[in-house]
Amino acid sequence: MTTTQGPGLSGARQVAQARPNLLQTTEHHFCAGCGEPIAMRLILEVIDELDLAQRTIAVVGHGCYGGFVRQIDVDVLQCLHGRAPSCATGIKRMRPDSVVFTLQGDGDMVNEGLQEVLHTAARGERVTCVLLNNGVFGDTGGHLTAATVLGQRTKTSLAGREAAEHGYPIPVADLVASLRGTAYVARAAVHNGPAIVTAKRVLRRAFEHQLNGDGFTLVEILTMCPTGWFVSPSSGGTYSETTLAGAYPLGELTTAPKPAEGGTDAAAG
Amino acid sequence: MITTDGSRAGQREPAGPELYSGSEVIARSAIMAGCRFFAGYPMSPFTELLESFSKLMTGPGRVCVDAESEIEGANMVIGAAATGARAATGSCGQGIALMQEAIAESALNQTPIVVFNMARGQQDYFQATRGGGWGDYRTITLAPKDVFEAGEHTQLLFHLADKYRAPVLLYGDHFIAHTEVSIRLEAREFGPLHPKDWALDGALGGTGRSRQIWTWNSGKVLSPGPGPDEHWRRIGAKFEAIAAAEQRWESAHEGADTMIVSFGTAAVFVERVVAELRAEGHSVGWFRPITLWPFPAAALERAAAGASRVLVFEVNAGQMVEDVRLALPDRSRIASIGGVSFDDSGLRYGTLMDVPEIRARVVGALSRERIR
Repeated sequence: MTTTQGPGLSGARQVAQARPNLLQTTEHHFCAGCGEPIAMRLILEVIDELDLAQRTIAVVGHGCYGGFVRQIDVDVLQCLHGRAPSCATGIKRMRPDSVVFTLQGDGDMVNEGLQEVLHTAARGERVTCVLLNNGVFGDTGGHLTAATVLGQRTKTSLAGREAAEHGYPIPVADLVASLRGTAYVARAAVHNGPAIVTAKRVLRRAFEHQLNGDGFTLVEILTMCPTGWFVSPSSGGTYSETTLAGAYPLGELTTAPKPAEGGTDAAAG
Repeated sequence: MITTDGSRAGQREPAGPELYSGSEVIARSAIMAGCRFFAGYPMSPFTELLESFSKLMTGPGRVCVDAESEIEGANMVIGAAATGARAATGSCGQGIALMQEAIAESALNQTPIVVFNMARGQQDYFQATRGGGWGDYRTITLAPKDVFEAGEHTQLLFHLADKYRAPVLLYGDHFIAHTEVSIRLEAREFGPLHPKDWALDGALGGTGRSRQIWTWNSGKVLSPGPGPDEHWRRIGAKFEAIAAAEQRWESAHEGADTMIVSFGTAAVFVERVVAELRAEGHSVGWFRPITLWPFPAAALERAAAGASRVLVFEVNAGQMVEDVRLALPDRSRIASIGGVSFDDSGLRYGTLMDVPEIRARVVGALSRERIR
C-alpha cells in the first residue's frame, strides 16, 4: 500500500490518496461520484493482502468497469458480454491453483449473463463472481436493466420502473444463494465508510472460500451511478443507500459456509 | 510452465487396430494431440462426439464439461485456451450458429480453439467459411472425407490453432460421426511451436507486466499493446498469410474435359462416379478442397485449366459454387449439379447422396452443350 502521509492531511484524505499496489495508474475515465472505482480498489486490496497477486486471473465483462482492464496489475481476460462465469470456468478448471474472479455489471450478469452465473454457481465452480450493481446500463448512458429497482428512472423508464410495464427486478444474489453449488454470497455497498469496510470484509471472505475450495462465491456490490440516476455526484451515496439498498437488503445471504457436497440424489440401481 | 501435450503420457493407444466410431476416433485423436478441455451440449449427430469426450477425458488435468448451451461451451473453451491449454468444443450447424460470437472473439483475442461441426449435411459451408461473428476474421476449416482423415485433421487442427492463435473448425457430418472403422491411431508431429508466453497464469501479477487477453489488444498502462487499429491490421495480415500458406486439396485426372468439385463425404461418392464414367471412356476428373477456408483457388484453376466443364456437387442450394466461381476465370464453364436433400430425420442426407443419382446428374450435364 502506497500511503501519502503528512501534516495537514486528515485520515480520510490519507485514505483517498492511497493507491492500491495492484493499480497501475490513478488516471481514469469514470464519472464524478462513480462507485465502481471504490469496489475495484477493495478487490485489489483484498488480493494484495491475501498475497494472491501472482496467482490471480480476472475475467472482465463489458460495462464502465471495462476501463479497469488497462489499469489493474493482475492477469486479465476481457471476455464477451455476460460470458465471464463461463470463461472463468475454463480458466479455473485448467488452472485450479489460480484465483479467478469475474467483474460484471448488472447488465452483464443479470441481463445478458443470467444463465452463465446461475449454471456456474450450480456447478460449484471455485470462482468468485463480483457483481457491480448500479441498476442501470451505465456505459450506454443509463438504461433499464433487469436489476433496475421499481420506481427507478432510467432513459428507457423515464417515469420510473413500473412493474406492470417493465416487470420486476431480478435479485440474482438471492437466486445464487439458493443453489447447492454456492458456498458464499453477500451483498454489500460503497455509499459510505462503514459500508465500504463491510464490503471489503465480505470480499475477503469470498476469496477465502475460493481458496478453501468450498464452492462458488458471489459478492454483489451496489455502486453509485449519479450520471445514470440523474442525480448530482454528491447525492449518489444517499440514492444508493435509500433506493438501491432499500430494494436489495445488504448482508450475507449464505449464513453458514456450506462444505462441498458429494453423494448422490439418484436412487441406487 | 505452459504445456500443451502433458496428457500424452497418461493415455496410451492400443498397438493394433481397434474398432472405433468416427466420434471416438476424433475424441481420441484430440486427446493424442494434447486436448485437455472439452465443453459441449448434445445435439445429433454431434452427440456421440460429446459422449466420447465425456468417456475419454479422464485422468489428471483433463476436463469435459456438460455446458448449459453451446454459447457457454464455446466461452468456457476460450477461458481454457486463454490459460494455454488445448481446448475444443463442437455441435452441428444449428449449435455452431450460437457460437459465432465466441468464434469471432477467439479470432480477435487470439485464443486458439478447435470447433467440431458434426453437421446435418452440407448446408453449413457459408457458416464455416464466411462466419457470422463481427470483425475481420476467417476460420480455418478442414473438411475430411472419411473417419481416417477426420482423425488426422483433428490433430492437425490443434497444431494450426496454436500456430496461428486462431479458431479452427472441422467440418464433419453424420457419416463421419457414426461410421465405425478399424483404425490404428498414431500421434502425428507437426514441428515445434512458439511457446505460449501470452497465456494467462497469474504469475506476473503485481510486477507491472501482468498479461491481458482482449480483442482490442490495448495492453496495460505500464505495458501498452498496439491497440485496436494496429491489432486488427495485424489480424487481417495474419489471415492473408494463412490464406497463402494453408490451402489443402486433393484431385485426380487433372486436365480432364470435365472436372467435378465436391467436399467432405460427398467427395467419396463423386470419386466413385468418376471411376465408373472413366471406365466407360469419359474424360472426367475430380477436385476436392480439403481446406474450405482457405479455399484452394489457384490449385483448382490449374486442375481445371483444360476442362470445358466444371461441375460442382454439394448437398445444399449452392454455396461452395461461389468459391469455385471466384477461383476460375471462365465462369460459363461452371454448373451446379447438387441440391438440397434431406431425410425426414433432419439429420442425414436424403436421396441425392447416392452414386446412381449423382451419376445421372453428371451424365445429364455431359450431354448438354456448354452455353457461351
